[in-house]
Amino acid sequence: MADPTTYLSHLELGEPDKTFLDSSELIINMGPQHPATHGVLRVILKLDGEKVLGTECVIGYLHRGVEKIAEHRTYTMFNPYVDRMDYVAAVSNGLGYCEAVEKLLNIEAPPRAKYIRVILTELNRIASHQLWLGTHALDIGAMTPLFYTFRDREEILKIFEKYCGARLTTHAFRIGGCQYETYEGFEQDVKKFLDFVPPRIDEYEELLTTNRIWVERTREVGKISAADCKALGVTGPVLRASGVKWDIRKALPYANYSEFDFDIPTGANGDTFDRYMVRMQEMRQSLRIIRQAVERIPEGPIMAKVPKVMKPPVGEVYHSIEAPKGELGYFIVSDGSTQPYRVRVRPPSFVNLQALDIMVRGQLVADVIAVIGTLDIVLGEVDR
Amino acid sequence: MLDYVTSYLGMNTTPGQAGNVFWALIYILVVFAGVSVAVMAMNWLERKALAHFQIRLGPMRVGPHGLLQPIADAVKLMTKEDIIPAEADAFVFWIAPLIILCASFTVYIVIPFGPTHAITDLNIGVLFMLGVSSLSVLGVVMAGWASNSHYPLLGALRSSAQMISYEVAMGMAVVSAILMTSLNKTGTGTLSMIGIVEAQQQQQIWFLFKFFPFGFIAFAIFAIAMVAETNRAPFDLPEAESELTAGFHTEYSGLRWSLFMLGEYAAMIAVSSIAVTLWLGGWLRPFPNTLTGATWDLVFSLLPGFTFLGLALIAFIGVIRMPKHPYFRIQTMGLAGFAVVLGIIGLVLFIPPVRDRIQDIFWFVAKVAVFMYLYIWYRATFPRYRFDQLMRVGWKVLLPVAIGVLIMTAILGVVL
Repeated sequence: MADPTTYLSHLELGEPDKTFLDSSELIINMGPQHPATHGVLRVILKLDGEKVLGTECVIGYLHRGVEKIAEHRTYTMFNPYVDRMDYVAAVSNGLGYCEAVEKLLNIEAPPRAKYIRVILTELNRIASHQLWLGTHALDIGAMTPLFYTFRDREEILKIFEKYCGARLTTHAFRIGGCQYETYEGFEQDVKKFLDFVPPRIDEYEELLTTNRIWVERTREVGKISAADCKALGVTGPVLRASGVKWDIRKALPYANYSEFDFDIPTGANGDTFDRYMVRMQEMRQSLRIIRQAVERIPEGPIMAKVPKVMKPPVGEVYHSIEAPKGELGYFIVSDGSTQPYRVRVRPPSFVNLQALDIMVRGQLVADVIAVIGTLDIVLGEVDR
Repeated sequence: MLDYVTSYLGMNTTPGQAGNVFWALIYILVVFAGVSVAVMAMNWLERKALAHFQIRLGPMRVGPHGLLQPIADAVKLMTKEDIIPAEADAFVFWIAPLIILCASFTVYIVIPFGPTHAITDLNIGVLFMLGVSSLSVLGVVMAGWASNSHYPLLGALRSSAQMISYEVAMGMAVVSAILMTSLNKTGTGTLSMIGIVEAQQQQQIWFLFKFFPFGFIAFAIFAIAMVAETNRAPFDLPEAESELTAGFHTEYSGLRWSLFMLGEYAAMIAVSSIAVTLWLGGWLRPFPNTLTGATWDLVFSLLPGFTFLGLALIAFIGVIRMPKHPYFRIQTMGLAGFAVVLGIIGLVLFIPPVRDRIQDIFWFVAKVAVFMYLYIWYRATFPRYRFDQLMRVGWKVLLPVAIGVLIMTAILGVVL
């Protein structure tokens, strides 16, 4: 492993305060094995005592070459691989990929399939946010919310398991629709979940929102302005917490999101507390969407007419969706054969991670942990 | 020789004051064993209680309801490889956990479990206690420095800063309690631990309620500072798991690591004992003023026995609720045996001579147990403070309030 200082050499870093003592900076490796970097992220920190002078993220420890694999698989065969990128929001990944290929093939999923897609994707968004909340709180030292969120996330995973047999890497959708018809009692299960979860979200908020220590730990921590967000391409709840009302579900509606009535929660300060509040409200908005979808779900086929051998016309397509972590985009180039010529994924975690340095400079070591938590990164998606 | 041994039995004082080395050694052994067992029990209780706060079961495999888990852990830790990193300063690395352990166990010399149930009674008991328990900072710094690694170093720096700053507020709160001891007829205060409890007995009020709310505020400051002093949640920054992996003991493993844990839990019990002695009337039973008379004395003296019978009952309910599968037969029998032992202890505590002698210890331990439960409760509820916030709370909130309470106590003591 190369000397950590070489990673920092290109950065313009502040110097330690030498007013009182002849001090020198401390360079430490946080990760790749560290309890709070959410996987194998390696952050090199330059510290003046506890103060962070600069950071550099070293990524790639979980690189599996997903994009390269795509060039050697047919469009259908590549579908399960996308689940392995952001494995806590596998359904969203599948939705983005399927819709991108559908756009390329110029087909459209039937309405019932779209409704099923929306229900499962929004359930997945809640599951992803619950996992984020549990781990984020654990990083800041509150142990208990982790277990509460995992208890409730279990109900979502049970619905997934009943629907398609898998809990995490679901592979729920197929190009052109859904492979499975909903099981008997699916709607009742979802409705039961809708009644079950709001009091539980209140419970998390009781533990954290009014907790003085939690508020002190998150207010004014990891602030990022809307301009910086835009400059770095940061999307998702991080962008919305900075006050930008940008949600692809509203801005560039996909699936049938334009049929649903929901709000985009935004923050004002762009600090960690705002991002927390935005995500908490997003969970409630997702419940609203699911409720409307379950009530209006039509009968009908679940698969469009899809050719047995998929040979999209020569061309390229970019399709993006609002994944729980931000804009998830697929850029697919077709050369007319059964395999894509190139697949490029725009992963929200990877892009959002860029903001880490801006957010933690001048703050303390403990804030680095809080900021990594609040960015809600999944290393499977950062490294692909 | 025999005279020397038996001569103490007639005395109504601690072995240290009587100058009886033999009995002092026996007391030391009993206290050492007792604290070690208490640490193990606390370990089990913490894991169980924390688990139930967090909708988990906690240890369930080793023994019925995981009762033997601490023993299994101890065996595991003792048989683990004891690693001393190549870059570490071996001698300092070796001696650091011993310092922490010694510091936290030495404190028990002056803790009064009853009017005569202490190893000795120093006339500077409180000072001795605060001084010795502060020595554990040294062990923490040595551990962090000797590991020659970044995370332990950061943890040790945090820990030393934290422990020193909270010591100040803690000391101020203690002084205000000591001031109260002088409010008797003779007008002489005391630093002796036994003397402080006796002062509460004479003034017929626990110092917690004296000059309400000032006694209570001083107690609250001490209760907060002692959590910080022992590096427990929400002030567990030195060993903040998610930030510094394990803080100052990151590089430690096996037995040496378990010595840190032993020291930490022993220190928790020790500081809780100080709080109990100074503000909660030490070994005195509750409601001595309102519930007086021979009947109430009898009722209170029966409580220890009933407590153990209650525990035995809980254990028996556990036996009944055990699965009936043959796989659980040994566990069921073990739990039943445990229940029987608890029941026998309860019955023994009803025997009049035992009953009279055990009362003090029972009330003292019961009060300390409340603090131990609070420690677990804090850990389940609160997020962790950040370093600068922790310092701010210590220096800008607790210390001024503690000084204010000290001044008010002094004024009220003169005026009233």
